[in-house]
Amino acid sequence: MSTQIPTRPGRARGAAATAPSAPPRRIGFRQTLGRWDVKISPYLYISPFFIVFAITGLFPLLYTGFVSVHEWDLLGGQGDFVGLENFTTVLDQAFFWKALRNTISIFLLSSVPQVLMALMLAALLHANLRARTFWRMGVLLPYVVAPVAVTLVFSKMFADDSGMINAILGQVGMDPIAWHSDPFWSHVAIASMVNFRWTGYNTLIFLAAMQAIPQDLYEAAVIDGASRIRQFFSVTIPMVRPTIIFVVITSTIGGLQIYDEPRMFDNFGQGGNDRQWLTVTLYLYELGWRNTNLGRAAAVAWLLFLVIVIFAIGNYLITRRIAAEPTLRTTRGAKRVAGRSAR
Amino acid sequence: MRTTRKRAFALVAGMSTIALLASACGGSGDDTTDEPAGDGGTETTDEEITLTISTFNEWGYDTLLDQYMEEHPNITIEHNKFATSNEARDQFNTSLAAGSGLADVVGVEVDWMPEIMQYSDQFVDLASDSVEGRWQDWKVGQATTPDGKLVGYGIDIGPEAIAYRADLFEAAGLPSDREAVAELFGGEGATWDDFFAVGDQFTANSDVPFYDSGAAIYQGMINQIEAAYEDPESNDIVAVDNSEVKDIYDTIMSHTDLSAGLQQWNEDWVNSFQNNGFAVMLAPSWMLGVISGNAEGVTGWDIANVFPGGGGNWGGSFLTVPTQSSHPEEAKALADWLTAPEQQLVAFQTTGNFPSQVEAQNSDELGTITNEFFNNAPIGTIFAERAAAVTVAPYKGPNYFAINDAMAQAINRVEVDGTDDAASSWAKWVEAVQAL
Repeated sequence: MSTQIPTRPGRARGAAATAPSAPPRRIGFRQTLGRWDVKISPYLYISPFFIVFAITGLFPLLYTGFVSVHEWDLLGGQGDFVGLENFTTVLDQAFFWKALRNTISIFLLSSVPQVLMALMLAALLHANLRARTFWRMGVLLPYVVAPVAVTLVFSKMFADDSGMINAILGQVGMDPIAWHSDPFWSHVAIASMVNFRWTGYNTLIFLAAMQAIPQDLYEAAVIDGASRIRQFFSVTIPMVRPTIIFVVITSTIGGLQIYDEPRMFDNFGQGGNDRQWLTVTLYLYELGWRNTNLGRAAAVAWLLFLVIVIFAIGNYLITRRIAAEPTLRTTRGAKRVAGRSAR
Repeated sequence: MRTTRKRAFALVAGMSTIALLASACGGSGDDTTDEPAGDGGTETTDEEITLTISTFNEWGYDTLLDQYMEEHPNITIEHNKFATSNEARDQFNTSLAAGSGLADVVGVEVDWMPEIMQYSDQFVDLASDSVEGRWQDWKVGQATTPDGKLVGYGIDIGPEAIAYRADLFEAAGLPSDREAVAELFGGEGATWDDFFAVGDQFTANSDVPFYDSGAAIYQGMINQIEAAYEDPESNDIVAVDNSEVKDIYDTIMSHTDLSAGLQQWNEDWVNSFQNNGFAVMLAPSWMLGVISGNAEGVTGWDIANVFPGGGGNWGGSFLTVPTQSSHPEEAKALADWLTAPEQQLVAFQTTGNFPSQVEAQNSDELGTITNEFFNNAPIGTIFAERAAAVTVAPYKGPNYFAINDAMAQAINRVEVDGTDDAASSWAKWVEAVQAL
C-alpha cells in the first residue's frame, strides 16, 4: 500500500514536465521502469521494517486495546464486552498506584545519575588516555553480562541479613539497611543494578558524539582562555545536545518498562510482600499470567503506554531547554572573555 | 540501535505477547473443545514416534525414561526439565492458551491443578482399569472432574512430619531422640497448642528462634481446613468471612516471638540453615532434599514422626496428557507406566519424592529406606505413617493459589518486613482478595 501512494504525484509531475517541452513522444517501457525504480525503490527498501512493525508492533498495540475493553481470561479467552471497566478497576487498585510510584521512583533513581555519570565518563575517556581502547571497552563490559546474572549477583550482595553490603556497613559501625522491606532502599538497590548495566553503554554513545565535535571549537575556546571545565560546559554539552535528548528519551522508555531487575530482586518476582518494588510491568505480568486476567493486564499495558508517552514528551521538552542554555552561556561567556581581554 | 531495541520492547514485547497469545487463544477455543481425545491411532504402535515430557525441579525420571525407551525401541522420549514449578506454570499457561507447545506428557503441581481443572476438556481422560485403586481417594479426587473424568495421574505427595535440630533441642534441655521428640509434641494426638507450647519451652532456654517462618506454619495449618477460601459448591470466595482462616492468622500473629522472621526460599532463609537460624521446620517429604542441600555440613537434623492437628499434606504433583498431543495413546501409556508403584519407588530412592501410590507406600521395600543426613531416620516408614494420617483433603478452587499467596505475603509483611501490624496487614489481604 505504502508503495503506491508516492508514485502518483511522481507520475503526474513527470507528465507535466514532458508535456510542454516535446511533441508526443512514446516513452519506452524501459524508461517507465527506470523511473519507477527511482521513485518506488526507496520505499520498497524501507518497507520491510514497516511491514514487520505493523505485524509485530501496531497490530498488537491495537489488539491490546481491543482486549482491554473485554473480560478476557488467559486460558478461557474472550468474554463479554465491558467497556472501560477494566481501566476503572485497575485505577481503583492500590497496587497499581504503588506500582506507578515505584516505577517512577526507580526510573528517577536510575536514569538521572546514569546520564550524568555517562557524560562525565565520556568526557574522561575523550581526553588523551594511555591504553585508550582498553578503558573504552572496559566501560562496556557490564553491558555484555546477562541482566539476570547481574541481578543474581546483586541480590546476594543486597540480602538483608546475610548480604555483603550490610556486612560492610556493619564493619564501619552503621546499622544494616532493610533492602527488601523499605521501599526507598529497595529502589536504590534496583536502580544500582540498572546503572551498573547501562551507564557504560550510554558512555559510549556520548563518546561517539563527542568525537564528532570539530577540534577547532576547542582550539578557539582555549585561545579565549576557557578552562577545561568551561570547555566541557560551553562546548561539549551544547554540541552533544541531540545525543543527550536521544539518550534521555531511550532511557525513559527503558526505565519505565523496567522488569528484569525487580523481577529477580527476590525469588518470588512479585515485588515484595508489601509490593515495595512492584513495577508497572511486573503488575501487568501478575494480572495477566498469575491471575490469568488478560483484560486487566491489557488495560495496564495501555496505561503504561500513555505514561511513557507523557514522560517522553516531558523529557524531550526539559532536555531541550537544559541543553539549550549553555549555548547562550557560551556567547555570554565569550563576550565576557572578550571584554576582559579588551580591558 | 538502542531506540530500536527499546521500542521493540515498548511495542513488541509487552503488547504483542499479550495480544498474540490472546488471539491464538481465541482461535483455538473452537477447534479443540469437541475434538475426540484419542485420534492418535492405537493400532499403529510400531510406528517410530517421539514423545515429549515436561517436569520441574527433580523427579528422578532420567534413568526411568532410558529404561522405557529400551523396552519400546520405536519410542524416543525428549525430557524438558523446568527449574521451578513457577516457571513450569508460566510456560504451561502460555502454551495452553496458545493451543500448541505443550509436551505430550505434562507435569502439573497440585497447587495449580485446580486452575487447569476448569479447562479439563483440553486434557485426555486418563481413567483406565490399570490405574483403578492405585492412589488414595483424596489424591484421585484432586484430579477428577465433577463428572468423573480423570485428568492427571498422581506422582508424589507431600505428607508432613516435623524436622528438628537434635543438638539445639538438647542444648535447650529438651529430649532429642526422635521418639521422645514425637512424644514431646504430643504423639498421636498432637495439637497446634502442643506445638506452640514446645516452642515457648524451647525459646525460654535458647537464643535460637523456634521455627523458620510463620507463613510456613500457616501453610501447615490451612492445609487441614476442609474449605478454607472457596465454597466447594459454587467456587464463591468465602476466605474473608471464614472465621477458621482468621483464627489461624491470629494464632500465627500471636506467636511471632517463636519465629525467626524469615521468608521461605529467599536468600536469608537459605543462608540461615548454615548458622543456626532456627530449630524446627514443618517438613513435607520433598523438603528433605531442600534441607539437606541448604544445610550441607550441618549436623543434628532429625525427623520426628509426628504432626500437629492430625496429618497434613503439602504439595505433590500429577502427570497429564493434553489433547494438543499428537500421540495421546502412547503418551497415556508412558504416564501410566511412570506413575506405577514400581517406578515411583525408584524415584523415591533417587530424589526423596514420596510416592502417592498405595501399593508403593505399603511395600516392604519402602520400609527399609533411611536417610543418612537426618541421623539415619527411617524416612520410608515415617512418611508412610504420615501419609496414612492425612484425613482432610482441603478443597482448592481456581482462586486458591492467588488467595493463599496473598496470605503468605500478609504474614511476611508483619514477620519479615515489619511494614504492617497484624490488623493493617489483614486489611490489605482482604483488599487483595476482593480484587480477584
